[in-house]
Amino acid sequence: MSVSATRFGSHSSEQAWNADTVRRDFPSLHQEVHGKPLAYLDNAATAQKPRSVINAVADFYRRDNANAHRGVHALAERATTAYEGARERVRRFIHARSAREIVFLRGTTEAINLLANTLGRGFADGDEVLLTAMEHHANIVPWQLLAKRSGVKLRVAPITPEGELDMEALEGLLNQRTRLVAVTHVSNVLGTVNPVQEIVRLAHRHGVPALIDGAQAVPHLEVDVQALDCDFYCFSAHKMFGPTGIGVLYGKATLLDALPPWQGGGEMIRRVTFEETLYAEAPWRFEAGTQHIAGAVGLAAAIDYLEDLSRDAALRHEQALLEHARVRLGELPGLRIIGHPGKQAAVVSFVMQGAHAHDLGTVLDHHGVAVRTGHHCAMPLMDFYGLPATTRASMAFYNTIEEVDRLAEALRHAREVLI
Amino acid sequence: MNTDLADLYQELILDHNRHPSNFRTMEDATRKVEADNPLCGDRLCLYVRLEGERIADISFQGSGCAISMASASLLTERLIGATRAEAEALFQAVHELLTAAHPSVDEEALDKLMALAGVRQYPMRVKCATLSWHALKEALRSGNSDRVTTE
Repeated sequence: MSVSATRFGSHSSEQAWNADTVRRDFPSLHQEVHGKPLAYLDNAATAQKPRSVINAVADFYRRDNANAHRGVHALAERATTAYEGARERVRRFIHARSAREIVFLRGTTEAINLLANTLGRGFADGDEVLLTAMEHHANIVPWQLLAKRSGVKLRVAPITPEGELDMEALEGLLNQRTRLVAVTHVSNVLGTVNPVQEIVRLAHRHGVPALIDGAQAVPHLEVDVQALDCDFYCFSAHKMFGPTGIGVLYGKATLLDALPPWQGGGEMIRRVTFEETLYAEAPWRFEAGTQHIAGAVGLAAAIDYLEDLSRDAALRHEQALLEHARVRLGELPGLRIIGHPGKQAAVVSFVMQGAHAHDLGTVLDHHGVAVRTGHHCAMPLMDFYGLPATTRASMAFYNTIEEVDRLAEALRHAREVLI
Repeated sequence: MNTDLADLYQELILDHNRHPSNFRTMEDATRKVEADNPLCGDRLCLYVRLEGERIADISFQGSGCAISMASASLLTERLIGATRAEAEALFQAVHELLTAAHPSVDEEALDKLMALAGVRQYPMRVKCATLSWHALKEALRSGNSDRVTTE
């Protein structure tokens, strides 16, 4: 990605970021938990929603609700326009060539399952899918299910203790049997920003298509799928301030068109008789049944919201939060931050000697600080570090330096309570 | 400290977490049950040596949060030498203590296990406290299943 090289590590403050102004757009941030103001630092699990997204979803149901592509009346027309308009909005957001390359699904997990069940159907016994040691279970389990069915082998590119991909090893694992490289753009545990453009280039050099799991990337980074030249890219709306239950699979048109249908039903067909069905073209072929139209509308509103911000300034603010968190947490006795990648999104995982992550989570909650504790759906990565669980703080542009300080203070208190 | 938090992390709980009792494997166990909570990664293995209807020995190994470690530790302390029926009754009492809206338990009989009562205020943490107890229930059952999960 062309933007990341210039953006990470750049801390010029030509455009000041006012988190307090942005926070006014997010109603859920303004509440107390256990008598303390909420400090929501669990954005990698799901992000809070701006008023504009909440209103867009509510307004759709209040005013435009009808089924898309299924009627000639005014509301059906509006719903169809809104749904297909959202598809075009997503196309512009990730710089796809055509809106036909945008499939609406429930989220990242469903997108990868779709590929495992369609693209994967063409893989034979002994073929290989190349993953990495830092994948989320969503990019492991669908391929394991495929492996069980068809004898496909999973290969895993290792990472360094700093939490970066071992690119040499990854390249060494590409071979004639590799049918797909499936890699996360940003690690949900370590925050590592992977060099996905380089990975796509390596894969293509071996004639292998590349799937990028962008669930943790889109909230932080601008994504240009044409610049990346990835074959597939997927993400979920809810992690980028949109609704739950809606997400996107991008695929190059030629590749999507070549995939067989996945789920059968209404609106994914051209013509049905009891003998045979002609399927619709992509992306509608993959959208069987009534879709989450309000969700797509909400996703479009989330994109509008993001693009109305200065994303440069937002990213700089997040990076300042991350740097502050690394410093403040690093001062705490017995606390160890996991990984230290060169390029890191505003996600930091840590362990405290003598205190289990779950106990930390409960004490932090008493301070109004919301974090994630556990294995973060990345058990193989936990095994790599020999840890049963970590605590993870993940920041968004609406978080403040003061909230990071509160996290550090709460951890100091947790040490007193627990150790 | 916040009183809820102080109820949850009583010194007794923290002590058992730091120095769990009967934290060992057992070569001659007659039942071995692995239990995990996939939600948080707590994993433990409960060993039981049954001699007829009596629990001759009981121990555990594993890793988990303070609540799950202390609960397992207290369980083993309490049940060495108990009969199967006593163990089953205790399971019921602890289960009621942790999950019932208005538990009516014999506090004197539960004794040290009453330290777990604070967990009731934390619905997300109840499964940590019950993990070892579900392993116990499985261990006392006839049959050969040996995995328990509390997700």
